[in-house]
Amino acid sequence: MLRQLEGSRAVAETVARCRPAVVAAYPISPQTHIVEALADLVTAGELASCEYLMVESEFGAMSACIGASAAGARAYTASASQGLLFMAEALPNASGLSLPIVMTVANRALGAPINIWNDHSDALSQRDAGWVQLFAASNQEAVDLHVQAFALAERLSLPVMVNMDGFVLTHAMEEVDVPEQDDVDAFLPPFQPRQWLDPDDPVTIGAMVGPGAFTEVKYLMADRQIRALDTVTEVAAEFRAAFGRDSGGLVRPYRTDDAEVVLVAMGSTLGSATDVVDDLRAEGVAVGLLGIGCYRPWPYDEVRAVLGGVPRVVVVNRAIAVGAGSVLGRDVRLSLPGGTTVVHDVVLGLGGRPVTRAGLRELVLDVLAGQVPDETLHFADLDREAVHRELAREAALEEAAR
Amino acid sequence: MTTTLYQIGTFAAGNRLLAPEQRAVQSSTERGNAITSGHRACRGCGEALAARVVLDAASRASSGRMVTVNATGCLEVFSTPYPESAWQVPWLHSLFGNAAAVASGVSAALRATGRDDIRVVAQAGDGGTVDIGMGCLSGMFERNDDVLFVCYDNQGYMNTGVQRSGATPPAASTATTRPVGTSVGNAFGTGKSLPLIAMAHEIPYVATATVADLHDLEAKVVTAMSMHGARYIHVLVPCPLGWGSASAETIRVARLAVQSGLFPVFEAREGAVTAAMTIRAQVPVEDYLRPQTRFDHLFRGDGRPDVVAALQERADRNIARFGLLAEQPDNPPDGRPQDPAPLEKETP
Ligand SMILES: Cc1ncc(C[n+]2csc(CCOP(=O)(O)OP(=O)(O)O)c2C)c(N)n1
Ligand code: SF4
Ligand SMILES: [Mg+2]
Repeated sequence: MLRQLEGSRAVAETVARCRPAVVAAYPISPQTHIVEALADLVTAGELASCEYLMVESEFGAMSACIGASAAGARAYTASASQGLLFMAEALPNASGLSLPIVMTVANRALGAPINIWNDHSDALSQRDAGWVQLFAASNQEAVDLHVQAFALAERLSLPVMVNMDGFVLTHAMEEVDVPEQDDVDAFLPPFQPRQWLDPDDPVTIGAMVGPGAFTEVKYLMADRQIRALDTVTEVAAEFRAAFGRDSGGLVRPYRTDDAEVVLVAMGSTLGSATDVVDDLRAEGVAVGLLGIGCYRPWPYDEVRAVLGGVPRVVVVNRAIAVGAGSVLGRDVRLSLPGGTTVVHDVVLGLGGRPVTRAGLRELVLDVLAGQVPDETLHFADLDREAVHRELAREAALEEAAR
Repeated sequence: MTTTLYQIGTFAAGNRLLAPEQRAVQSSTERGNAITSGHRACRGCGEALAARVVLDAASRASSGRMVTVNATGCLEVFSTPYPESAWQVPWLHSLFGNAAAVASGVSAALRATGRDDIRVVAQAGDGGTVDIGMGCLSGMFERNDDVLFVCYDNQGYMNTGVQRSGATPPAASTATTRPVGTSVGNAFGTGKSLPLIAMAHEIPYVATATVADLHDLEAKVVTAMSMHGARYIHVLVPCPLGWGSASAETIRVARLAVQSGLFPVFEAREGAVTAAMTIRAQVPVEDYLRPQTRFDHLFRGDGRPDVVAALQERADRNIARFGLLAEQPDNPPDGRPQDPAPLEKETP
């Protein structure tokens, strides 16, 4: 049933229908509405046998989820930005211990300067933490991805992060269909842990592994991540069959056939980008779009299959690797070895600066007009004047100090 | 005058003069043996001994329905060199600073899934408790989660090579507080008593103990396991490697810590002290300090009588604060908690 709902509320109701046994969370904008709504649902008794732990920090939240999951319970948390970093030590621990925890990240910039608005710096800073990372393009997809995330996590025994753009999605009122309880129950069987802390069959979890076996453990972890690519596809297909909606999956190509230039993006940008592609196509510009739905594991083959023969690719980066370039762009480049495709690495929409249709349209046209470099990171929405002023001031200070 | 026969010594395993129900878990051939031999602890490790006693007692008290969460530290490292494990109980190690939160998660999971007959015991060293683990621990206390948290206090970061922790006593030499130049070793700070901090949370049960009295330690674990909510036991465990004491002296050194007054042994409920183990004859702190090379610099050459006196002052203050001296000849001696009037909490 379609209802007009805030994104956070829709996600909270969906998570509740996935019947987590333990929710542990600590508030941070823009995740707060999700955990507030969940607290209401638990307090009102709408979530039978669920323990809501109001922990003292995000580190505590992830740690409680680790304990809960190892004790054989379905565990959930949500965070963003500084909160995600505050739990950073526990993230590879959860994946290393193979614990199928599900976490929503309401994507937000990283400080300093402190900034509560949307970009992808938080999630991408944890790209190597061993978590499956999914990105939602809309609130409907965010809802659907949560149902898929629990199924994925438990099938793989791996933690899954569902990314949804802070404010842009979390605080947007939209028509959303929250899957019915019966349908979720049919899709998502009760959690069967691979192993748990059973007093009748004691196990040691989290032993010290030295050089004798560490590489092998890591290899198996990496291998499982790569195999997760198939499971992501599989679960999305099953979801389509059960709910009749196309959500999730690895990549989402849109009008990429015979394209001169293809935009690559993740998250809510895909909405505006789709419109821009339609507009430009109507004007005769051969442009397409590749949405990345699954950022980790990285879908090399699928990205190559779409972008392989394309003359120009424009990667919309909503995070930067300071001192090195881009994050998403590097993965795209690695997927295109030895080809002729030119990759333009573009930074757009940091710290909540809006990614607009007009901005994306201009970007595509600039690329086609040869005005965007392909060697260096290009800041498309930068106030160049302000930056030059500051650089000149700094240079003058240095000069004076000499 | 009635003469009471007291057992002296350590109330060691198998004390046949005690009634069967008072005997140590360790005296029973049926004991669970939560941690088996073959682990890699140093000879005379107080932490290994305490962990065995604590978990065997907790295991028996819960009829084997128990899960253990362990912080990073010596205990974790020496007990689980993959592919071996010394643990006979379900055991989870996650990180250094999160044992309390992990245990809260385990406890919540067991409650949510209707398995709350299974009890949760978390354990950590002093570093994992009083320093890096304090945020999560305080949260666990404040929520009154159903977890028994045990701190094995060897007064330093032993696993990483004996650096100073927030529980290292003043004047102790550690790898980061060497008595070089004018330094007397670790600084005389204000100290950090986790038992008192735990009491400030008014949790149901707080106790301190040492490996000098294993029967007392067991009894406190059994008491704690008979209760629900957040419970905390702080056990002083000498570390021969870090303290520079002889392996064979672990028990004696722990006993001297108590008898000098430097380590008060007491119990508290809901924020008030309810019992303290009295000292029959206070020994000078010097007797405790001398067998440990970490205090050698206080006695070399002319020595540092001023520093020893300052430590003696700390011991005397504990004795006054917790009423540790058995004033009456009839008072029960070491090893028998008596019931003094509850102490008023000191307001800062
Ligand atoms: C976040 C983090 N910081 C530092 C360490 C390094 N480290 C591991 S064990 C340890 C000391 C443990 O001290 P304590 O908790 O007192 O236990 P002990 O080894 O003395 O029994 C340290 C500093 C770590 N593992 N994790
Ligand atoms: S260093 Fe100390 S605590 Fe660690 S195993 Fe050796 S004696 Fe025990
Ligand atoms: Mg220690």
